Amino acid sequence: MRKYILAIVFSLLIGSIILSCQDEGQIEQAKYLTGGKDLYKLHCQNCHGENGEGLGELAPPLTDSVFLAEHKQKLACYIKNGLSDTITVNDVKYDGKMPGFKQLNDIDIAKLIVYITNSFGHKQGMYKYEQVAADLQNCK
Amino acid sequence: MKRTVISLWALCFLFLFSCSNEKKLPIFGERSVKIVKGTDGIDRIDTVYKTVPDFKFLNQDSVYITQDDFKGKIYVTDFFFTSCSTICPVMHRNLKEVYEKFKSNPEVMFLSHTIDFKYDKPSVLKKYAQKLGVDTKKWEFVYGDKESVYTLAEKDYLVAVKEDSSATDGYIHQGWLVLVDKHRRLRGAYDGTKSEEVAKLEKDIAILLAEKE
Ligand code: HEC
Repeated sequence: MRKYILAIVFSLLIGSIILSCQDEGQIEQAKYLTGGKDLYKLHCQNCHGENGEGLGELAPPLTDSVFLAEHKQKLACYIKNGLSDTITVNDVKYDGKMPGFKQLNDIDIAKLIVYITNSFGHKQGMYKYEQVAADLQNCK
Repeated sequence: MKRTVISLWALCFLFLFSCSNEKKLPIFGERSVKIVKGTDGIDRIDTVYKTVPDFKFLNQDSVYITQDDFKGKIYVTDFFFTSCSTICPVMHRNLKEVYEKFKSNPEVMFLSHTIDFKYDKPSVLKKYAQKLGVDTKKWEFVYGDKESVYTLAEKDYLVAVKEDSSATDGYIHQGWLVLVDKHRRLRGAYDGTKSEEVAKLEKDIAILLAEKE
C-alpha cells in the first residue's frame, strides 16, 4: 500500500514538473511573439505587409511555410545582413534587395524569427536567441 | 412680430444647412488678386490661385510627359525613390489601393517623381512600376534633373525633399500625397504612411470629382 502511494506521488511530481516546464516554454515563446510583433511593425511591415502579404513583386510575402522552414538557419543572416539574391517564394521569383538591420541584437532577431515563423499561418515553434549567434557564424 | 422672427431663424438654419451640404475642398497655396473686365465692360476683382507650373519629365517608358498629359484630370502626386526602404513602400502600398479604386475612372491619374536623380533612370522606374503592379498610362513615374524636381517639390507641391548622406538611404523627404485639381491647384495633402489619411484622400477625390467647374 505504501509503495503504491509513493508511486502515485512520484508520478504526480514528475508529471507536474513536465507540465510546468512546458508552460514555461510556452510563456517564453509568447513573450518572444509579442516582442517580435512590435519589432516586425517597426522594421518589416512597410515592405512585407501587416499580414505578411508582401508588396507586389517588390517584396516577397512571408507566407511560404516551405521556404521559411528550409531557410530557418538562414533567417538570422537575412535580417542582420540583408538579402540581395534571386529567390522563389510561393512559386514567384523575386530579385529585389532587402536592407540589413545591423542595429538589431540577437534577442531581437530571435523574437522576429519566432514571430514570422509562427504567424501568417505558420506554426514552426521556438527559436532561442542562443541560436542566432550560431546561425550568424554561417552567413555567406 | 414673433412669428416673423421665428421664420427668419428658420430661414437662417436652412441656409446653414444648404451650405454645409455642398462640400468643397479648400484651395491651398498663396493667392493674389487681379482685375478682370467682365463681358459687361465693368472691372471686377478676381482671385488668382497658386497653380502648378509647366513641367517636362521622362516617364518610365522614356517618353517626355508634360502638364498637357494631365489636362482635365485630377491627379495625386508624390516624391519617392526606388531604393527607399523606409516610408516609400508604405506610401505606395497605400497609393496603390487608391489607384485600384479609381482604376476605371479616366479623370483620375497618378504621378510619382523620383528624387534619386543619380540612380532612378527611366529603366529603373519601369521595373519598379512593373513590380508594384501598376505599370499603366494612369500612373506615371517620372525622372528629371535634381534642380527641376526639387524645385517643383518644394516651391509648387510644398513637399520637403533633400539629399542627405547621413539619412538611411541618402535622402530625406516627406511622405505627402498631394491632390491636384483640373485647374492645377493644390486641394489637399495627405500623409501617405497613415491609412486613415489615405482613406480621407479617397473620399476627397470623390468630392473633387463631383465639384462643379
Ligand atoms: C525595404 C523593404 C524590406 C524591408 C524593410 C524588409 N524586407 Fe525582407 N525582403 C525584402 C526583399 C526585397 C526580399 C527579397 C530579396 C531577394 O530577392 O533576394 C526580402 C526577403 C525576406 C525574406 C525571405 C523571403 C521570404 O519572403 O520568406 C524574409 C524571411 C524576410 N525578408 C524577412 C524580413 C524581416 C523579418 C524584416 C524586418 C526585420 C524584413 N524582411 C524587412 C524587402 C524588405
